[in-house]
Amino acid sequence: MAQNAAEAADLAHALVLAPTSAADWVVVAPVAIPIVAGALLMMLRHETRWHAGLAIGALLATFLSNVLLLHRVLTDGPLVMTMGRWLPPFGISFAADVLGASLALVATLVALVGAVYAIADIGTVGRRYGFYPFLMLMMAGVGGAFLTGDIFNLYVWFEVFLISSFGLLVLGSEHPQLDGTTKYAILNLIGTTLFLITVSLLYGAFGTLNMADIARKAGNFRETAPLTTLAALFLLAFGMKAAAFPVNFWLPASYHTPRIVTAALFGGVLTKVGVYALLRTLVMLFPLERDMLSCLIAWGAAATMIIGIMGALAQTDIRRVLGFVVISGVGVMLAGLALGTAEGLSGTIFYAFHSMIVMTALYLLAGVMNGLAGDYSLRSLSGFYASHPLVAAFALLLMLAAAGLPPASGLWPKVLLVRAAIDTGWPWLAFAILATGLLTTLALGRMFLLAIWRMPSGPAPVSAISPRLGYIALGVLALPVLLIGLYPEPVIAVAERAAAGILDSSTYIGSVFPEGAVQ
Amino acid sequence: MSTLIFRTTAPYLTSLMILFSLFVLLRGHNDPGGGFIGGLIAASAFAIYGIACGVPAARRALYFHPMAISGFGLLLAGLSGVVSLFLEVPFLTGIWTSINVLGISVDISTVLGFDTGVYLVVVGSITSIALALEERGHP
Repeated sequence: MAQNAAEAADLAHALVLAPTSAADWVVVAPVAIPIVAGALLMMLRHETRWHAGLAIGALLATFLSNVLLLHRVLTDGPLVMTMGRWLPPFGISFAADVLGASLALVATLVALVGAVYAIADIGTVGRRYGFYPFLMLMMAGVGGAFLTGDIFNLYVWFEVFLISSFGLLVLGSEHPQLDGTTKYAILNLIGTTLFLITVSLLYGAFGTLNMADIARKAGNFRETAPLTTLAALFLLAFGMKAAAFPVNFWLPASYHTPRIVTAALFGGVLTKVGVYALLRTLVMLFPLERDMLSCLIAWGAAATMIIGIMGALAQTDIRRVLGFVVISGVGVMLAGLALGTAEGLSGTIFYAFHSMIVMTALYLLAGVMNGLAGDYSLRSLSGFYASHPLVAAFALLLMLAAAGLPPASGLWPKVLLVRAAIDTGWPWLAFAILATGLLTTLALGRMFLLAIWRMPSGPAPVSAISPRLGYIALGVLALPVLLIGLYPEPVIAVAERAAAGILDSSTYIGSVFPEGAVQ
Repeated sequence: MSTLIFRTTAPYLTSLMILFSLFVLLRGHNDPGGGFIGGLIAASAFAIYGIACGVPAARRALYFHPMAISGFGLLLAGLSGVVSLFLEVPFLTGIWTSINVLGISVDISTVLGFDTGVYLVVVGSITSIALALEERGHP
């Protein structure tokens, strides 16, 4: 018995001995379910008729586990599980706080809608190429990136969703797709390599990769380690992922080439993972260094917003227009990061929720219009107001949402951001946000005017097939857009708690290191 | 690449390499080796077989499609982590037990299941790439 007691005492130095209840598994379920489902889909590659049902079922399960996770995190604070029971700085922790859990929830909702839309959009050939397995593995990567508490693990999840996204992007292997994928792949690999270099530099300085551990030790290293360099490198690497100016060129070069569902999910979800990583590293890990860089971030944010939306004004292909709208949205989110106040950050987080849903819906809307009229070009699209009033209604709501006008969801995050910018004493940033709103109204209003309102010049080749799945997908996305626009309080509360959780990381650190052990 | 010597030796070489890859996989728990390096050795064995005897022969020898093998590996690795759900320990915790095979007790664990999963993922994906490249090489 005495020997057993001594052994247990030794084990307590290496392992988490407290039992893990099955309810704690919600923190890994959003990653484990898509991986297992993706593996099953890979094995059933030729049974294409099973794909959609299996993928949608798995995404539904992922969505439910995300709902449970967010509920748990909102009531009990951050939820931590360390893989393989090793004690935190050595074992890899999954640490879900309000920020990660809420973003993971919205991303899964968007992916679920995308998977439903893909039933009609991705045919047998696309399924044989592996659309659904790639989608599941991409969502595993996205979920892992949002929920992990380890910076190297974050890099791994970035790689997972990046590699899956290459597969989705090149699906079909048409010439413009190969062209777009090459640009996307090379520029993103440069960004990821930069991220990896930064992580190794960080590990060299800190000797730890656990984010809670880095956050609590950052104060000790301010004199000796190049923390500002690290923060600047993270800014560049994740800025590239998020498509911030001046490293945004890969996005317009590639996002108009793939299948429309793929573009919708990329435009909705992937850039926000970059924004999330910026929030996590710059606000939670290196807050003082972020202060030092804040002016640079603010200029980058304003340039991203304005130049992004200028690009949208110049395009005639709807998918290209939307690509530039995505970029300008990233600029708006970076504005909150530059401000760094609680209000600014909650504006950023709220805008990320809003942008995920609205950008996906806008791409799917383009897909529906293409399905009906057979074209993406604003030169030839016309007359939807007369022929398909429902398309016109969705287009109006989504346009208002993207531009930040009532009654849709885009208004409130912009209100938060503008107020935060004025409070901080940066009225020019507030002006940039408002000017972007105006330019977005112009860019999308032009789309609405030409494609929806304009009288058709000739007998438009209108497809007889009713895009029922498209309407369902758009309806599911438009509902939260409208509801959040009319009643934003709960979402603002979640965004404020998410911002508070990264501004004051003591709760997060306390949940990873309960006794403050192993200094 | 279809010289008589190569074609004659390739099947022996392939079987030896696959045997060696299994050895590397199993010793990997305590010594250098493991699923990843073992998988690479097995994948190069199949690549050699494909070069010597043609891609159709290599695909027949594999029986399953390489991507399906890869998917099964990923499934195995994922499920090895889930076993710990029933023992109140976190995801991916190694769980050990020993079974008696012909009077010798053999330790088996979920760690081995995970490593075998890695082995199959690597075999499947690298073989898939290698065979695809070999197919393109000889139109």
